Amino acid sequence: MSTVAVHDHGVAHHDEHGHEHHHNETFVSKYIFSMDHKMIGKQFLITGITMAVIAMILSILFRIQLAYPDKTFPLLTTLLGHFAPNGRISTEFYLSLVTIHGTIMVFFVLTAGLSGTFANLLIPLQIGARDMASPFMNMLSYWFFFLASVVMLSSFFVQSGPASGGWTIYPPLSALPKAMPGSGEGMTLWLISMVLFVASSLMGGINYVSTILNMRTKGMDLWKMPLTIWALFLTAVLGILAFPVLVAGVVLLIFDRSFGTSFYLSDIVLNGVQQPYEGGSPILFQHLFWFLGHPEVYIVIMPAMGISSEIMSVNSRKPIFGYHAMVYSLIGITVLSFIVWGHHMFVTGMNPFLGGVFMITTLIIAVPSAVKTFNWLATLWRGNIRFTPAMLFAIGMVSFFISGGLTGIFLGNAALDINLHDTYFVVAHFHLVMGSAAIFGMLAGVYHWFPKMFGRLMDEKLGYLHFWLTFIGAYLVFFPMHFMGLDGVPRRYYAFTEFASMQKWLTINTFITWAAIMAALAQVAFLYNFVVSIFAGKKTTQNPWESNTLEWTTPVEHLHGNWPGEIPTVYRWPYDYSKPGAEEDFIPQTVPFSQTMSSNLPHDFEDNPAGLAELNRFKSTLKAEEKVK
Amino acid sequence: MMASIQKNPDRLDFEPKKFNMWIFIFTSFMFFAALTSGFIVYSGGKGHGLNVIMPSAFMYSTAVIILSSGTLFLAQRAVKRSQIGAQQLYLWLTFALGVAFFVIQVYAWSVLTYKMNVYLTDPNASRSFLYIFTGSHLLHIIAAILLLLSTLWGTYRKVPQARNLYKMQMTSIFWHFLGIIWIYLYVFLLLNQN
Ligand code: HEM
Ligand SMILES: [Cu+2]
Repeated sequence: MSTVAVHDHGVAHHDEHGHEHHHNETFVSKYIFSMDHKMIGKQFLITGITMAVIAMILSILFRIQLAYPDKTFPLLTTLLGHFAPNGRISTEFYLSLVTIHGTIMVFFVLTAGLSGTFANLLIPLQIGARDMASPFMNMLSYWFFFLASVVMLSSFFVQSGPASGGWTIYPPLSALPKAMPGSGEGMTLWLISMVLFVASSLMGGINYVSTILNMRTKGMDLWKMPLTIWALFLTAVLGILAFPVLVAGVVLLIFDRSFGTSFYLSDIVLNGVQQPYEGGSPILFQHLFWFLGHPEVYIVIMPAMGISSEIMSVNSRKPIFGYHAMVYSLIGITVLSFIVWGHHMFVTGMNPFLGGVFMITTLIIAVPSAVKTFNWLATLWRGNIRFTPAMLFAIGMVSFFISGGLTGIFLGNAALDINLHDTYFVVAHFHLVMGSAAIFGMLAGVYHWFPKMFGRLMDEKLGYLHFWLTFIGAYLVFFPMHFMGLDGVPRRYYAFTEFASMQKWLTINTFITWAAIMAALAQVAFLYNFVVSIFAGKKTTQNPWESNTLEWTTPVEHLHGNWPGEIPTVYRWPYDYSKPGAEEDFIPQTVPFSQTMSSNLPHDFEDNPAGLAELNRFKSTLKAEEKVK
Repeated sequence: MMASIQKNPDRLDFEPKKFNMWIFIFTSFMFFAALTSGFIVYSGGKGHGLNVIMPSAFMYSTAVIILSSGTLFLAQRAVKRSQIGAQQLYLWLTFALGVAFFVIQVYAWSVLTYKMNVYLTDPNASRSFLYIFTGSHLLHIIAAILLLLSTLWGTYRKVPQARNLYKMQMTSIFWHFLGIIWIYLYVFLLLNQN
């Protein structure tokens, strides 16, 4: 054992090798190649927000095409050049827009932006660790993500345009560079970017799991961890199990594209010429993709669930309802999410018996999802609700999760899915349950932990404006899509004018586009609020939301090593809000039971007989005193 | 104010990192599991068997990789007894066996391609899988050899014993794992050869 001194300016002598002390951080080591988890979290957040803005602009572009398929907008040609000749977005570029929008939103914003930000920020702070297991790997994780983002965006600058086979990049379309412009260089860049992305995710995920399992502070046993940590932990586990499978699928795809194998290719005729590929199976790719793809959607939503649970408990001033059930349902979702991938493939000619099996597993996953939903509602019930912007977004997350989750049950029926597959019904389903719900969870987290990240508060009024416009906008955009889907309107079509049966939906399309533009403009309120508050927001106090978790015991000023002195010890679970008999309506995790005799319950001492005896003695003296009176 | 925290660098810094290695191994295992499942889905669904009798080179490479695990084990025992010389000797041996494994695998490819007419671009993709399995495994082997060399390099630079032991442990976990993966792949291929 060696003893390391920590000065009160708090730079703990705590680095990889234990013998190189650098006090003077340079600009590069502090802001760019930082190994501090808080800074890395901020890097992920800002990159994620940037990517989100880009992906949102892409969606507005294709919404314009959908709303006004006959009109020309010369401005588009000025902006996009040969991608939009004669003032209209070209058919190929329309598909590219949809593809890259989906890819960026699912992977770059809601996976890296969400998990990357909050896992990095919260894991060490909430479990009481000075940093991640391997800060170096953590830094690499960010820079791989950054590189992946750059490569993905660079595909807009190649002549043939970005990948355009949809975010699921099904072969054979994606496997044949000559099949369409978007399957050429753009697709190659997409694949390179995804390999970098997966490397980044794995490095991050490995660190998160290892840190949570190995580096918790004294007293922080698993059942005292906040739900954010549980969610981020299980999310990382999902990623570790699922992403390598995507890599396997992508490796085979790369061989098909560039080395002449035929894993996914068979009986292909291209421009009238029979291709030499034989015996491949495009369905194989779908298996590999969705074995990742379904867990991926839970990788997206689980951090949002954890964040919302935490925020709703804090702002209802009530313990989270059913803490254990919340954890077990997260575990249930984690396990089940690996055996439902077939529901994306009901109409691929799958054996109907197998379809039935996947249908049952899919419907079972609705059970833990429902458990969580009821627990959130029960947490709100009769709470002393504080409607902070973070709280509103957390409630919004629950709302979207319910309305989008219900349609999942329709889609999960193999028979109903024959009609609904690849229609706007699916688009409505996943934009509500995944897109909107996860974004709301992420925004809730940003509003809630902004003071922890930047030492300042965001403006509440702008927060409310942002919430209501986005909340209403998202429903206006996605709700009508259910009806389009029920009417059989397929997704990813360029112009509804070409099909008599779809023409009646043109007016709805125009309506949706204007709702989308409104919701997009609402994000300006957020961006303005975010940027201005970083520099000029009101200074925060140490624990602005009167919350119990450990991150609020660290000083507002960021220190390398987080706590100036010893890391605090944890004595209780994180949800002692409004405990009867307590002096205040919250008791931080660092307060020992011996200091809160009046509010202790027998239940607090389940495996601590000495403590229970102490409590009983305390109670009997109280009773005795009362009798004397 | 001067507060003190107790800190044991070995435990605090190395344990979680070793754990990282274990998790990494898990991801790598998932990757190979995905490839072999892909093989099963492919050959089962399409009725394309492998129909290749495995070249005997694979038997030799299996022997070599098992042997290399043995020498690495001896190297690690030497570290625990603080015998740097023996450690270096066994590490060099392991390195040589690793390279030999690599060479034999590549030789097996040439046998497959030139003598047995089994190609990477075979219309029967079961046969392409053969190359993908061995190729991805070889990529891992390259990484493992680099890790081994870095440990070896550390012993010449006389890094502290604790760090030396830690690097040895990291190398061993990875190396033994790759041996197991190879045996898994080989048995898998043997079971599916027709
Ligand atoms: C209540 C549980 C859920 C059920 C039963 C369910 C069921 C389904 C089914 C059957 C499909 C396939 C529809 C088709 O392509 O024909 C689907 C698509 C999808 N679901 Fe869910 N889902 C559920 C929850 C979720 C959640 C929580 C998320 C994400 C957070 C999600 C994200 C998606 C996505 C992204 C797609 C579309 C993928 C694509 O084709 O592009 N779902 N869902
Ligand atoms: Cu799914």
